[in-house]
This record gives sequence, C-alpha cells and structure tokens, in this order.
Amino acid sequence: MSEAKAGIDRDTVEQVANFGGENYKYGFTTEIDADKAPNGLNTDIIRFISAKKEEPQWLLDWRLDAFERWKTMQEPDWAHVDYPKIDYQDLCYYAAPKSMEDGPKSLDEVDPELLRTYEKLGIPLQEQEVLAGVRKVAVDAVFDSVSVGTTFRDELAKVGVIFCSFSEAVKEHPELVRKYLGSVVPQSDNYFAALNSAVFSDGSFVYIPPGVRCPMELSTYFRINEANTGQFERTLVIADRDSYVSYLEGCTAPMRDENQLHAAVVELVALEDAEIKYSTVQNWYPGDADGIGGIYNFVTKRGDCREARARISWTQVETGSAVTWKYPSCILRGDDTVGEFYSIAISNNLQQVDSGTKMLHLGRNTSSKIISKGISAGRSSNAYRGQVNVHPKAANARNFTQCDSLLIGDKCAAHTVPYIEARNISAVLEHEATTSKISDDQMFYCRQRGLDPEEAVALIVNGFCRDVLQNLPMEFAVEAQKLVGISLEGSVG
Amino acid sequence: MALLEINDLHAGVEDKQILNGFNLTINAGEVHAIMGPNGSGKSTLSYVLAGRDGYETQNGAVQFDGQALLDMTPEDRAIAGLFLAFQYPLEIPGVTNMTFLRTSLNAVRRGRGEAEMDAAGFLRMVREKARAMGMDDDMLKRPLNVGFSGGEKKRNEVLQMAVLEPRLAILDETDSGLDIDALQTVADGVNALRGEDRGMLVITHYQRLLDFIKPDFVHVMVQGRIVRSGGPELALELEGSGYGAYLDAGADLQGDAHATSEGVPHA
Repeated sequence: MSEAKAGIDRDTVEQVANFGGENYKYGFTTEIDADKAPNGLNTDIIRFISAKKEEPQWLLDWRLDAFERWKTMQEPDWAHVDYPKIDYQDLCYYAAPKSMEDGPKSLDEVDPELLRTYEKLGIPLQEQEVLAGVRKVAVDAVFDSVSVGTTFRDELAKVGVIFCSFSEAVKEHPELVRKYLGSVVPQSDNYFAALNSAVFSDGSFVYIPPGVRCPMELSTYFRINEANTGQFERTLVIADRDSYVSYLEGCTAPMRDENQLHAAVVELVALEDAEIKYSTVQNWYPGDADGIGGIYNFVTKRGDCREARARISWTQVETGSAVTWKYPSCILRGDDTVGEFYSIAISNNLQQVDSGTKMLHLGRNTSSKIISKGISAGRSSNAYRGQVNVHPKAANARNFTQCDSLLIGDKCAAHTVPYIEARNISAVLEHEATTSKISDDQMFYCRQRGLDPEEAVALIVNGFCRDVLQNLPMEFAVEAQKLVGISLEGSVG
Repeated sequence: MALLEINDLHAGVEDKQILNGFNLTINAGEVHAIMGPNGSGKSTLSYVLAGRDGYETQNGAVQFDGQALLDMTPEDRAIAGLFLAFQYPLEIPGVTNMTFLRTSLNAVRRGRGEAEMDAAGFLRMVREKARAMGMDDDMLKRPLNVGFSGGEKKRNEVLQMAVLEPRLAILDETDSGLDIDALQTVADGVNALRGEDRGMLVITHYQRLLDFIKPDFVHVMVQGRIVRSGGPELALELEGSGYGAYLDAGADLQGDAHATSEGVPHA
C-alpha cells in the first residue's frame, strides 16, 4: 500500500482540485417518455419485468429463486470503498422509452430522438455510416432497461453468428439461454449478482457457432438515461468449439446529482479451442468534483474456459463511475487454457475504484496473465484486488502478475491487495508491483519540448498504460487513448 | 535586435538568490560559452531561461526575440524557439522516442500556427536526422531515454534539437558523462546546427567541450554573474589557471557578508 506524498507540480494539484464533472461530455439527458415500474423491489416487480419481456415460466422461476437467495445475503463490505447505504426499495428497476412499447421491427422504426442520442454519443446505429469506416462493428444499443436495436444482424446470421438483445435471445434461442444462463455466475454467486439475476432487464446475447471466426467486432453500448433508475443488464457470450469473437462494451450516463446503481452480470463461455476477447471502455458519469452524483458500478464479470485450449482475455479501461466494484475473472477449467486480464483504472476527484481479477486454475497446464495499471488523481482512491488460485489438480500452472500504480498529486491513494494461493507444487507464479508518480522533472521536460501540461500528462499516462492499450481492438485503442487524456483533463495546470 | 538580451537578472529558488545581476546578450549566429565552477549558478541560469517551476525572478528582464521571456510559460518559450538540452534527460516509460518527437514537433508547430507534419514526412525527416547522429531505427522505437546510456541520452537531446530547429539552443553540461567518441558525435551534431539564424549558449564546467564546439565568446561565471568575457582563448587560459582567481574576485564583487560555504549568497 502506498499513499502519494508531496512533490508534484503545484499547478497540477490545483487543477486536479478544480476539476469537476463539467468535463464529462456525455452528461446530457434525453427527454423522452418512459414507461417505468414503480419504485421498490418485491416479487410483483419481478413478475412485472418478466411479463414486460414475455418470458417463459422457467425464467420467471429462476428470477424468483434468485430473489429469495438475495434476501438472505449481505451486501459485501470488504472492498476499499465507502458509500452511503443503498435503499433497494427506493430504486426503479425497470424503465423503457414508451416508443419501444410497440416493439419497432427495425432501426428505421426507432424513435428518432433515441437515434439522435446515440449519434450524440458517437455510436453509429445506421449500418451505412459504419460501412464508411475501416472495419465494420456491429452494435447492440441498450437504453435504460431495453435494447433499442442491433446492427448487422443479417450479415452476421449468414455465418451463423447470433447477436441480439438478451430479451430476444430468450424468445428465439431459449435452449441456448437455458443451457448457459447462470452456468458461469450462479444466481447466488454474490449479493449484486443475485440482485441482477432477480431483476435483470436487457443486455446482449452472442453465440458463435463451431469453427467460425466472427467477421466483425461486436459491441454493446449501454446508456442509463432515466433518473433514479438502476441498470441491471445481463450479457451472455458463448464461443463454441474453435471459434473466435472480439466483443466491446461502452457505457455512459447523464450527469445527475443522485447516485445511480448499475449492477450487471457478464458471463462468457469458451468451449474447446475457442477464444473470446472482451473489452470494456467504462465511462459512466463519475460524479462532480465534490463527489455528488455518479454511478455505483457493481459488476460481476466472469469467463469460463470450459474446455481444453480455450482462451479468454479481458481488457478494461475504467475511467467513469463514482464507485467501481468489479473483478472480471477467468475459470481455467479445461487443460491448456489461457486467461488474461489487462486493466487501466483511472480515478480522479472523489472517485473510488476497487477492481482487479480472479484467475482460478483448475485444469492442467493452464496459464494466466494479469497486467493492471491504476492511475489516481485528485482525492480519489484506487485499489487493485486480485486473486490467483491454483487447485491441487492444476499441474504446471503459470501466472504472471504485474500491477503498477501511478499517482498524480498528494491527496490520492493507491492500494494493492493481491491474494495468491497455490495448492500444487508445480505452480510457477510471479508478481511484480510498482508505485510511481509523475515527477515535476518529467512535466518540465515535456513542457520544455512544447507540450502544454495536459498534453504532457496525457502522454505520460498513455505511456504508463501502453501494455494494456495495445490489447484493445485497433478501432477502440485510439478512442481509449483520448479518453485517458480526457479523464485526467484539468488534472494538470 | 539581439536574439537574447539578459539585463541585471536577479533570480533564485525558494529563498536562495543565485543569479546576482547577470547580464548577457546573444545575437543570432553567435555561439557563447559559459564556464564556471560548481555552484556558480550555470544550471540555474538555464532553468530560469527555460521557465522551470519554483525559480523566482527578483529583478531584471530577459528579452527573447523581442518578447518578455520571463512572462511566458515553459511551453510558450519552446514554441518561440528556445531549446534546452538537459544535463540529465528524463525517462518516460512506454512513450517511444518517435512518439515523443512527433508530439513535441506537432505541439511546437501548432503553437506557431503551422500545420502538423504528416506521418510519412515526419518519419523520413526523423530517420535522416537520426542517421546523422549515428542513431539507428531501434533507438527511435525504444521508450524515451529508458535504458539509454549516458551518451545515447545526450545524442538524443541533440536529435530533438535538430528536429525542433530552435532559434536559441542552451546546452547544459552536454559534455558531462561522455567519453571522447561520444563527445565527438554530439559535438558534430551541434556544429551541424550552427547557422546565422541560430544562437547557442554552451554551458560547461570543462574546457574540453570547447575543443569540439568552438565558441565565438567565452564568459566566466562566478557567484551568479559574469566576471570576465573574452574570445575562445579565455577557455584555454582557464584550463591552465583554474577558477581560483575568479572565486576571490567574485567574493569581492559580492561583498562577503552573506556568502555561504557553497559560495551562494542569500537573497
């Protein structure tokens, strides 16, 4: 553990102090009539959500079962985060734009106001706009509790790839959903996962058939719009034997004074020789300079390398949210499976991050790699929490962990909490950790070469994050690089 | 109009005054050398001119190309054409030498209202200049100064100078830590940049560097001011006699009431 000490450019510190949420460029609200469930959490609300989505009985039962389990569970308090107690009865668990009620058949029928929202966010929902780009990216756009539309479905269907909203998957591919839902993150896995299992609304569903390399990047864009509403999406990605998919999710929300809860579950299943690359650019509203507002991001993400030689790679760029509680993990069940976790977590102002990963080595000859880069500025707190666990039967397990912290200013904190448990003598586990600061000398050097302080910090921080940025799909690496700069905007003078 | 005109400069860091009535004029096309013992304020002068945080001016003025230099931010000074070759160049992990050079050049060009250089043209230009400095492509791809030897770091400083083409280049102890071959390479790089539009200020403790970079003027700096100026022959004279005589003279000039043991008087 380490805390930042003095020594940074004075302007830097002042500017960090002055920096508020006003730099958040996705903070606008869409004025749109919403169909909202009454506040509160009970079986009626769960039945209401399930009915809205015309779900089969088995799924309603699954939700109710999860709710029963949730009621017996305690909110976790071990993370290095501090927030007021959440009143789960005072939240809205379902909100959908009224115009989505009639179920538009295609994007052409979607309310133009919704389309304009995505345009403003820089997310192309018109396929021809995307075609102009270098490579195609299929998008599923989730607005509050519903999916607004999914692009390139027909083209993907030609190679057998299923990419649709979770609600549609329940209707059209119930056998796949039933087989895999909860198979990686069980209902009672943890408090927030249980809550999600009870009230999840929409999310994305992906199935890649055997032997298929998904011909384009798939992505889901999550937007919370309604006030006092939680978003509880559920994403399920299945890569069948010898298939490959690269998937990216992005998230933003309006600037609001109250905190909003986002409790998602993502499950990945990779079968024999399959590979899933899952990237996240998380840019939820972080709250203002005084810590007012912002998203509580309590997310469970887990991938299961279920069969031999499967590979799952998580890459995350976490810049938003008031509080982040998130540990994308890999279960290395099959022999010769590989799990990777690449993370950049930036905290500014009063943001709190407790994030990391779990690598669970069960099969033989499994290997995992963890590269974590934490950047703290302002009065924020940034913790890496990781677990590497080697099962007695997991012969020849390999792990390499590198976790680096960078501090800007003297009021922020960085914490590193690694747990390592090896129960097989043949395991080879490495852990490296560093803590550094942007020095006055580095800043002066850059400025002497013509860079203004913000450019200098962006350059230094991007250099610090390079190992992780390199793992993002090319289309998003440039965006992520800019986001790194923007998140720390004003963090220097 | 002079390129750089320093008048009666009193400056220092925190409560220590280090420059005590420093005067110097550099015209375009001239190479000036400043020599002096340790603690005479040579590096302070370079930091004050480049605008390093924490250095305060109590009195005096500096005109650079007709602009009041001391009112400008460090980056604006760089954009105006002031370049400092650092005595201890900084490392920036993860940022390749090439990326740093391009970011720097584009920042300077933007600041001057010029268009940014396209990637292909930039690559060609940098490779050519790097080759002239005896640097291969590999060095351009490595993270800035990380794992560079002392000689490589100094060569890299001169490469940055060649790319940015400043109006005034200040070389702060560029000879320190260099063996004779590295010194020759660095000096060749610097000499190639001499020109009638460009001024240079070469700061050094030893006369050796001036065998390779021939100055037009040599100044002896003691206790924060120039105590003697002359031509290149002055450097040779110092090589023989040392700074001893000037230290005494400096003390006289200063008055000895406030002199500390390092020869740095209090403000």
